[in-house]
Amino acid sequence: MSETNRKAVLSIRTMSMNFGGLRALSDVDLEVREGEVVALIGPNGAGKTTFFNCITGIYTPTEGEILAYPRGGNGKDAAGVRINGMRTNHVCELGMARTFQNIRLFPSMTALENVMIGRHCRTRSGLLGAILRPSATRREEQEVVDKSYHLLQRVGLEKVANEYARNLPYGAQRRLEIARALATEPFLLLLDEPAAGMNPQETLELKDMVVQIKQEFQVSVLLIEHDMKMVMSLSDRIYVMEYGRVISTGTPAEVSADPQVIRAYLGEEHDA
Amino acid sequence: MAALMHNLKRALGASLWLSFLTMPLMVIRVDTVEKVVTWRWKHLLWMLIGSFVLALVWHFFMDRRDKGGAAAASMDVEPAPSRLSGWLANPLVVRPLMILGLLLAVAFPFLFNMYQTNILVSALIYVVLGLGLNITVGLAGLLDLGYVAFYAVGAYCYALLNHHFHLGFWVVLPLGAIVGSFFGILLGFPVLRLRGDYLAIVTLGFGQIVKLVLENWNDFSFGPSGISGIARPGFFGVSYSVEQATTYMYYIMLGLVLLTIFVTARLKDSRIGRAWLALREDEIACQAMGIDNTKAKLLAFALGATFASLMGVVFAAKTTFINPASFTFMESAMILAIVVLGGMGSVLGVILGAFLLMLLPEYMRAFAEYRMLLFGATMIVVMVFRPQGLIKARRKVYQINTETVGQA
Repeated sequence: MSETNRKAVLSIRTMSMNFGGLRALSDVDLEVREGEVVALIGPNGAGKTTFFNCITGIYTPTEGEILAYPRGGNGKDAAGVRINGMRTNHVCELGMARTFQNIRLFPSMTALENVMIGRHCRTRSGLLGAILRPSATRREEQEVVDKSYHLLQRVGLEKVANEYARNLPYGAQRRLEIARALATEPFLLLLDEPAAGMNPQETLELKDMVVQIKQEFQVSVLLIEHDMKMVMSLSDRIYVMEYGRVISTGTPAEVSADPQVIRAYLGEEHDA
Repeated sequence: MAALMHNLKRALGASLWLSFLTMPLMVIRVDTVEKVVTWRWKHLLWMLIGSFVLALVWHFFMDRRDKGGAAAASMDVEPAPSRLSGWLANPLVVRPLMILGLLLAVAFPFLFNMYQTNILVSALIYVVLGLGLNITVGLAGLLDLGYVAFYAVGAYCYALLNHHFHLGFWVVLPLGAIVGSFFGILLGFPVLRLRGDYLAIVTLGFGQIVKLVLENWNDFSFGPSGISGIARPGFFGVSYSVEQATTYMYYIMLGLVLLTIFVTARLKDSRIGRAWLALREDEIACQAMGIDNTKAKLLAFALGATFASLMGVVFAAKTTFINPASFTFMESAMILAIVVLGGMGSVLGVILGAFLLMLLPEYMRAFAEYRMLLFGATMIVVMVFRPQGLIKARRKVYQINTETVGQA
């Protein structure tokens, strides 16, 4: 498969983000293509999460263009949907679903309900439907329950479907967040440090899961991650950030050989 | 045994200390006319015994509560559902109870006198107010301290329309609901970005603004003197006595309560209700998962306000006289207390809470000036022993249709 011929699903051109006088992101260019796993790595404070917040509408970038190419986009959308400053929920509705670095589940809702929330933007029943409960609403409800349960099965959480999210072990919470994101039927899955706090065994399982999910749901994945073993074996391409700039990009092999990357991670050698 | 000794010691200590503190008040009486000091040592004894017994009972229940909590924590599971909520989950118990309750409710005006019926109508009004606020506070987690403003909107809506245009109760009832929801959205817009304490302060301000406007804009609302001679609900043009009016009002309220219970219970278990819960739990995650926070919040405010406004119309028709004094912050606090005490998010809990908080002060009139004291004590006791409210909100158990799961 030729990497370059694939259609882009997200393309970011010279995006910058200023917080007052602080330039958190500076001229970032990034592209995710269909069916790709792209990793964004970099030391702490490099601006990775800021980057995520910019493309999910939590921040509005100061400069630059963010273009998304949703699945099944019509003629107008073929040129890409500009999502700078779009409201977070609309970004999600467009088909870009994220997880959070510090898990943000709904703690006193059950695992199943958490996933069901993800179905919200794909269902329509309104106030009257809720009160009168016509058959269309009931059918939709049942569909939401069934689809959500199916997603729980996919991430191996069907046994704890009726447990409160806050009572789940850490690894399960991470997986539940992914299931919740998948419930929104995304074309691009944004994972913010999915392996943070996991042991090597769990990380390995997570890696396999991401690969399977990518195949089964035909999503592209953009992930921020610190676990190098996972990043190297999972990603098709890697972007390396430092101080708000992309300093290197390429396949895992190219990136790991880049002297700039090594310098960013290990520091410069000063010969006297 | 050791625990008992420990408790005895603690209770003794507490009672001695309290007796000592209250001695100047309880024991010494200075008669300034006769210029004599009387020492009422008997009072000290009563104080000692009374506080000792109370402290002992208190420690006993606290121990029991702590033991229950520790057991649940050590097993790392949800605390086992109490016997009460276990019964409430059993349809074999609930169905007959509900039917019995409904029969009693229907027959009430014939079993008891007008005074009792009147009290119950007031209590029912607070049931609806509580259920309405439960949408905003209990489900969507938006702390609204100015809820009474919407109640006032409904009441003045009917009073003014009746006074100027002679519109009847049944015309204004839906009209009041619409005006109420409009005011709900009006309050909702400026507070969209606020949460927690800030939201509480702004809504508190909103409640005060409405009351102050009603008090001071004489041309519009007739100021503090209020509006009197508001028409009672019409009954196909038939005139009726005051006693019949009470009975009639009671049945109207009963109908509205049932409607409210039906609507709020259904909303709670719907797509919208779920979105509200998610909003309460985590606003950022909620929006990131594709829920329109703005819409969800405005809807919660509007619906809460609708029920308050409906009750305002009923209240004006029931009392036939309203003035701004009925819509103080105290009312807002009372309705909030109903929701919190009953159990946030639980429909049954809020109903119980409303009855408890409205009927208790009424039937404690025998205790005269002590009744508010007892009332406060009851609230403290309930909140200490059941911090999640009388009845914890029950989650709907979803049925999974296994046949379609694979294909989904």
